[in-house]
Amino acid sequence: MKITMLPLAALAVASGLALAASPVAAEPSKVSAEVLDQYIKGTWKKLPEGWTFEQRVGQDETQRICSETRNNPPKDDAAKIVAREAATIVYPADGNVMGDWKNGEKIAQNGRGGQFSDEPGTVSGGNCYACHQMAPKELSYGTLGPSLLNYGKLREFKPAEAKAAYAKVFNAQAVSACSMMPRFGVHKVLTEQQMKDVVAYLFDPESPVNK
Amino acid sequence: MKVKVLGLTAVVLFATAIFPGFASAQGQDAEKEIEKYREMINDPMANPGYLNVDRGEVLWKTARGAKNVSLETCDLGEGPGNLEGVYVKLPRYFKDADKVMDLEQRLLWCMDKIQGLDTKDVITRRFGGPGRISDMEDLVAFIANKSNGMKIGVALEHAKEKEMYAVGEAMFHRRSSIMDFSCATCHALDGARIRLQGLPNLEKPGKQAQDTMGSWPTYRVSQSQTRTMQHRLWDCYRQMRSPAPEYASDGVTALTLFLQKQAEGATLNVPSIKR
Repeated sequence: MKITMLPLAALAVASGLALAASPVAAEPSKVSAEVLDQYIKGTWKKLPEGWTFEQRVGQDETQRICSETRNNPPKDDAAKIVAREAATIVYPADGNVMGDWKNGEKIAQNGRGGQFSDEPGTVSGGNCYACHQMAPKELSYGTLGPSLLNYGKLREFKPAEAKAAYAKVFNAQAVSACSMMPRFGVHKVLTEQQMKDVVAYLFDPESPVNK
Repeated sequence: MKVKVLGLTAVVLFATAIFPGFASAQGQDAEKEIEKYREMINDPMANPGYLNVDRGEVLWKTARGAKNVSLETCDLGEGPGNLEGVYVKLPRYFKDADKVMDLEQRLLWCMDKIQGLDTKDVITRRFGGPGRISDMEDLVAFIANKSNGMKIGVALEHAKEKEMYAVGEAMFHRRSSIMDFSCATCHALDGARIRLQGLPNLEKPGKQAQDTMGSWPTYRVSQSQTRTMQHRLWDCYRQMRSPAPEYASDGVTALTLFLQKQAEGATLNVPSIKR
């Protein structure tokens, strides 16, 4: 049975769980939403040109529930989140989720974009290495997320798995409610082409990730 | 000579932090260097943060503003002009302002009420940079340093302190903006790191929170500036893709109060030196 030979990392990834221990579910706040809202509005009064309060300070329903439940939502809420988020996924029109892994590597390494210190129009990276191990030779990786070492190889480069990876990059919470991972597609942090390039970095047999 | 010591020790410190094996491989040498680092942060002649402490002391005693008086009668919570142990008790409720304030809010209050100073320029220079000195960073360094060796302990007695603590805790877990980050995204796990930078778990009270809050304000080598917790939170929100929080806003104070409570019992040693 192949599963016994898979490294722990791959198993953890397959089950959508983070390797690191989940935060202990803390008690919900003893402050009302109204009071909290007042503080939030008072703290973020000036926004950069082109930014909206709704997009950068406010919360959508998923963010609100995940915040209030400390990322540990009750089962029905979790199911609702996954259903809502799954509905947001837009696949490439021609069904091809694989782009250019060399570009994907650059995107994985790039942590710029979207900050008030970035020049307007700065292209965002995915900053994957902030949280994930990816290519074996890259030692400068974070451990907030599971290791993605040999990701495509461990999944036998199956097209269905590549498609699942695209979905996860687009919207991690379509897979795992209140996942810590940013919803890159939903928030338009990465373009469709960039997400395809990241998937290629994971699934192209020539990619360093699979060496 | 001073710079060389700083550089070598900093390199060894970073290496030790980055490659845990480095410490055991180099063994005694690394331990000696870390001990030298500890001595250095406490040496006013080697720690650049002490330049801020010195400037802060001058500012505290300098007559300014329309009333042309110094800050020396400012009440930071333990009586007018008393600086001993005030920093480790902040943020706290101040009756005259009828609100909870952190050190920066309180200093702005005193500048306005006691000195009659138009704080616009002070606020413009809130964070130091190339060719720009920050009065606030200097004053915080000076006043915080006066609490060295003392234990962090915020009271949470007044109703407003309790409300602010609850707000701070809620904010810590509040996910928003285009990366869906909250403070908890990075700071609620043991032993995690972002790239190679270790992340303290601030979601629970204890040693990691103590080590963190007991070492701010700090001289940040990568910025060549002494930074306060106010700046650190501003920098966090920048990386979270949020807009900049308003300087000396109640949201920042609420978060600071929450973190200070998590750090209860920490022994303060500032200004420290960080990456």
